[in-house]
Parts: sequence; structure tokens; C-alpha cells
Amino acid sequence: MTFAYVFKRLLGTIPLLLGISLILFAIVHFAPGGPLDVYADNPSVSKEALEQIAKAYGLDQPAYIQYFLWLKAVIVGNWGYSIRTGRPVLTEILLRLRPTFELGGLALLFSLVVAIPLGILSATRRGSKLDGALTLASFAGISTPVFWLALLLQLLFSVQLGWLPSAGYQSIGDGSLFDRLAHIVMPAAVLSLATIASWSRFIRSGMADVLNQDYIRTAYAKGHGLLGVIMRHALRNAMIPAITVIAVDFGTVISGAVITETVFAWPGIGRLFMESMDGRDYPMLMGLMMMGSVGIIAANLVADLAYAALDPRIRYG
Amino acid sequence: METTSLHTTGSKQGKRLLEVRNLETKFYTADGVVNALNGISYSVDEGECLAIVGESGSGKTVGVLSILRLIQSPPGRIVGGEILFKGTDLLKIDDKELRTIRGGAISVIFQDPMTSLNPVMRVGAQITENIREHENLTSRQARQKAADLLGMVGIPTPAKRLDDYPHQFSGGMRQRVMIAMALSCSPQLIIADEPTTALDVTIQAQIVELIKSLQAELGTAVIWISHDLGVVARLADNVAVMYAGHIVEKAPVDELYARPAHPYTIGLLNSLPRLDARIKTKLKAIGGLPPNLLGMLQGCAFAPRCMFATQICREQAPPAIEVAPRHQVACWHSELVSAGERP
Ligand code: SF4
Repeated sequence: MTFAYVFKRLLGTIPLLLGISLILFAIVHFAPGGPLDVYADNPSVSKEALEQIAKAYGLDQPAYIQYFLWLKAVIVGNWGYSIRTGRPVLTEILLRLRPTFELGGLALLFSLVVAIPLGILSATRRGSKLDGALTLASFAGISTPVFWLALLLQLLFSVQLGWLPSAGYQSIGDGSLFDRLAHIVMPAAVLSLATIASWSRFIRSGMADVLNQDYIRTAYAKGHGLLGVIMRHALRNAMIPAITVIAVDFGTVISGAVITETVFAWPGIGRLFMESMDGRDYPMLMGLMMMGSVGIIAANLVADLAYAALDPRIRYG
Repeated sequence: METTSLHTTGSKQGKRLLEVRNLETKFYTADGVVNALNGISYSVDEGECLAIVGESGSGKTVGVLSILRLIQSPPGRIVGGEILFKGTDLLKIDDKELRTIRGGAISVIFQDPMTSLNPVMRVGAQITENIREHENLTSRQARQKAADLLGMVGIPTPAKRLDDYPHQFSGGMRQRVMIAMALSCSPQLIIADEPTTALDVTIQAQIVELIKSLQAELGTAVIWISHDLGVVARLADNVAVMYAGHIVEKAPVDELYARPAHPYTIGLLNSLPRLDARIKTKLKAIGGLPPNLLGMLQGCAFAPRCMFATQICREQAPPAIEVAPRHQVACWHSELVSAGERP
């Protein structure tokens, strides 16, 4: 049954997360520099003071001891304290979660609403000029560097036209829905570009495949028009191969869009990651990356469940 | 191809239901133009069962799918002819009118029940959507009707099976579902495109019997496509034999089996196993391969494989002539052929 299946899968994630945490910890610690390097050249911080801080955070211990200490704390729900701000890692992350979910959610909504019709349009007019143009556009969309597009949009809409604020979550002293919408459209559009481009490709190929199937001819033989055939028969079948990609992209986008959030000074997970990276904030980085891993694993699980929900021939157990 | 004005009439003496005249369908592929149908003509009366027989690639399926304009386009296109259904030319009506006929007055049973049902949709929904496309019923009424139909085609505990998916049915049962779907709006004509080819032999016989009995009960006309003259003998009133996009012979079923007049028909009959054969003869295959329909053919399309072929056969296409009442043949030497002892 589905419940037993989900339970089994969740059980399987425990060793997976352990392995991931070990690798991440190694990478983070092998990266050159450390959290205290910012103070190293500062004459007003004495050597003794530095040693004291290192000791307080356990940074004087060998790396493997540090890992076990970290693991022991995490198991009981303590994710440690940010070296940069001194506040609990979990609190910091939860603070940044909402902006990221808002941005990611809107971007994914954009993507679905645009990619599905584009994919269908392409598939039903295969080989036409429109199809060619959309193919070209999607390759352009996949290949466009996010930071470049973001800067271009900021130049156009903020600097030249002055229609939209160039960055930030909301204006100081404002925070009305309209103000927040004005802030979110550009980053959401930038973030959705790549997903629109790739999803519309997957939906196109799924659609093109399905439209050649015998049951589509059956649907026409019943007297359905093109729209009825697509909505009632083709779409669900065409979404089956695309759903894995879509769900995994969901996980990635929700785990924080580092570049987009940084360029637009969006106070989300992605930018927090950037800041923690700069400061070599070990506990913060570990917390963020573990959260991201959980998000992606969850997205994969959701993909499998969605797969079974769309295709009755598939049963998990 | 020229045809005589006389058409075969069904033994049940119904009114003319469908008349196909000089139907021509081509496929415009990357390799060139495929002449799938080269001007075929036939008719079906109310309640009649017409069998169209030929090898794969003879154009028999394209010929009937063209009736409902169900061939894939592009690359396929109907380039000429008329399809008169109760006097209306189906090639001239608009999409909306065509859609009321598809699944309504004319329905189709496709060849492969494994792929012709939507795998992610419950069979009940697949039947009721056909009903509700054409009739003003509530969803409950349509569901009741779907259950009745499933019962009628011999599916046990039909009401319970409505919520099953196609993969939960066997091949034969799926074809029964297709038949129920085809019957759902009391069509006047059912097109059965090799409905038993994809099934086991024992199941084949059951499906043939089912369609035969339903036809007798409901008085629906049927066009039955097959490559097997043996199956056809059991259910058809009239038979049209197709070769390379032409109808080469057309006759009432008994006449065709008793006095075949086209070398290709004889070849098909000889390749059937016969229980009444006095001497044990080997089954004979027709030598050679069917022609490539890419580009135009000169003369009789069967000439390269025909033991009767002469100069004229290679130069001019034979016109259809009437050799007996309601028995037409397109062959220059049909007299010789039918006089010749059947091997
Ligand atoms: S027309 Fe000639 S080639 Fe064609 S079937 Fe008759 S005898 Fe054979």
C-alpha cells in the first residue's frame, strides 16, 4: 500500500542523509579558509581572544570530532549556532524560509501556467514555424545566464523605465500586497525562465509521443474535438514522463535560488547560503545544505507518488 | 480505375446506407507520395456486412478510416472522391457535423484493444464519454447505460468493472469493451478494423460470434476489415478484395468463394487451409511481394506476381467489369481465370 511504501522510503532516507552529511561536512571543512579568518588580520582582536572563540565553537578540535559533535547535537534537534550572528541556525533558516517559498512558489506557478500551453502548442504543430521558434526560444532560455538576464531586466524596468523596484523584499515603511508584488515579479520571472524552457520541452515531447497513440485516434473516433482530445486524453498521459523532472525542479527551486536571490537582494535561503559561504559559517552551511537535501529527497518521493497517481498501471508496495 | 454503375446489394435488401465513390487517399511522406487508395468504390446497405479483404498495405484500413476522416493528416490526405452517408457527402461537411457522426451514427472498433483504450482512464469513463458526447444523459444514466452495454457484450459483473482500468482486463475483454463503446450510441454503421487480429485464436472466434450476433440483433451495418478470407466467410454478406489501393474483385460471399475471377483472389483462397480438401495439398503462398505504392504504377498492379499476365496487363490498368450479377472484377483475363481449373 501507499502508506507502507512511503514509510519504507522514509526509512531509506536515514542512511542516505547520514552519507550526505558526511560528504557535505568534509567539503565544507576542506574548503580553504575558516570562520575566524576575518578576524585574523584585525589588530584589535588578540590571539588569545581568537583561541577562545575557536574553543567556544569547538573549532580547535580535529574535523572528525567536530563532525560527531555536530551529529550528536543534530540528532537531538540542536542545529547549532551561527558563527556569524550567534543566533540558532534553525531560527535563522526559518526566518528566511518564507521569502524563498513565496519566490519559488510564484516562479513554479508561472512555469506551469506558461510551460504546459507552450508544450501543447509545440506538439500539436510539430514542424511548423511556431514550433521552430519555440524550440529556439527554449534553447535560448535554458542557456541564458541568470545573473545576466537579471541585470538586463533591472536595467530596463528599474533604471530606464522606473516601473519596478530593482531589488529587495519590500520597501521600507511599506509592505502592502502591491508593493510586495512589485518586488517579486522580476526575480520570479527570472527564476522561472529556465524551468519554463525545460518543462515545455518535456511536455512537448511527451505530447508528441502521446498524440501518435492509438487511443488518441479512438478519442477522435468518439467525436471529440482537438481540445477535448488534449484535455481528456492526451495531457494526463503526456505529463507522466514530465512529472519526474517537474517535481525534482520543484525541490531545487524551493531549496533556494542562490543567484537570483543574491542579484535581487531577496532575503531568502539562497542569499543566506551565499552570506554563510562568504563567512565560512560551518554550522549555518551544514544546516542549509541538509535542509536542501531533505527538500530534494522529498521532491523525489513526491515525484514517485505523483507518477503512481497519474498512471494507474504503476503500484508501489 | 473505372467502375461500373451497378453496385453490390446486400442480401438483407436494406436501403443504401453508405456509398463510396472513387475515393483517393495519398500520403505525402519525405520519400515521396504514397498512393494508398487509387479510386475505390463500394457501397453498404442498411444491416449489411461488407468485408474488405487484403494484405497489409493494400489500403484496406486507410480505405475505411478515410470514411470518418480519421487518417493522420499530415501526411495523409483524401484527394478525391465522394463518401455519401445517407446521401450526405462526409468529405464536404464541417468538423462539427463530422464530430456528431463520429461515435454516433458511425463508430469504429479498432484493431488492437491493447493500445486503443486510454491506459490512464477507467473503462466506464471511456464508454460514458462517448455516450455523453452524443446523447443528453445525466452521468448516472450514462453510467447505467455503460454497465448495460458491458453486460451485453458479455463482461461478467459489468457494474463492478466500470471503475477498472484497461490493464485490468484481458485482451479479449478489452476488445469487448471497445465493442461496447462502439455500440453505445446505437450506430447505423460499425467499422471493424481487423478487430480480432491482435487476439488469441479461441478469443478471435468468440469476438466474431459476438459481433455477428449483435449485428443480427441490432440490425447494424458492418464493414469488416480483414486479411483473412476464412474469418470473413463466416460473417460477411459481400466481400471486396483489395490490392495495392484498388478493389480488384467484389461479390456476394458465396459467389466469391465459388467462382473467384481475379488471380489475386484465387491466390488468397489457395492460401487458406481447407478441411474439405480431398487430397492433402500444401498451402500455397502467393509468390512475390506487394508493390511499393510510392509513385505511380503502370498497368495492373498485380502483374508482377500474376501467372496470367500478358502485354496488355503491363501497359493498361484493367477496368472493373461485371462477370455475373453483383460480381465485379478488375482483370483483363477474368474469363480465362475463372474458366481455369482451380489449382
Ligand atoms: S489484369 Fe492481367 S496481370 Fe492483372 S490480374 Fe488480370 S491477368 Fe493478372
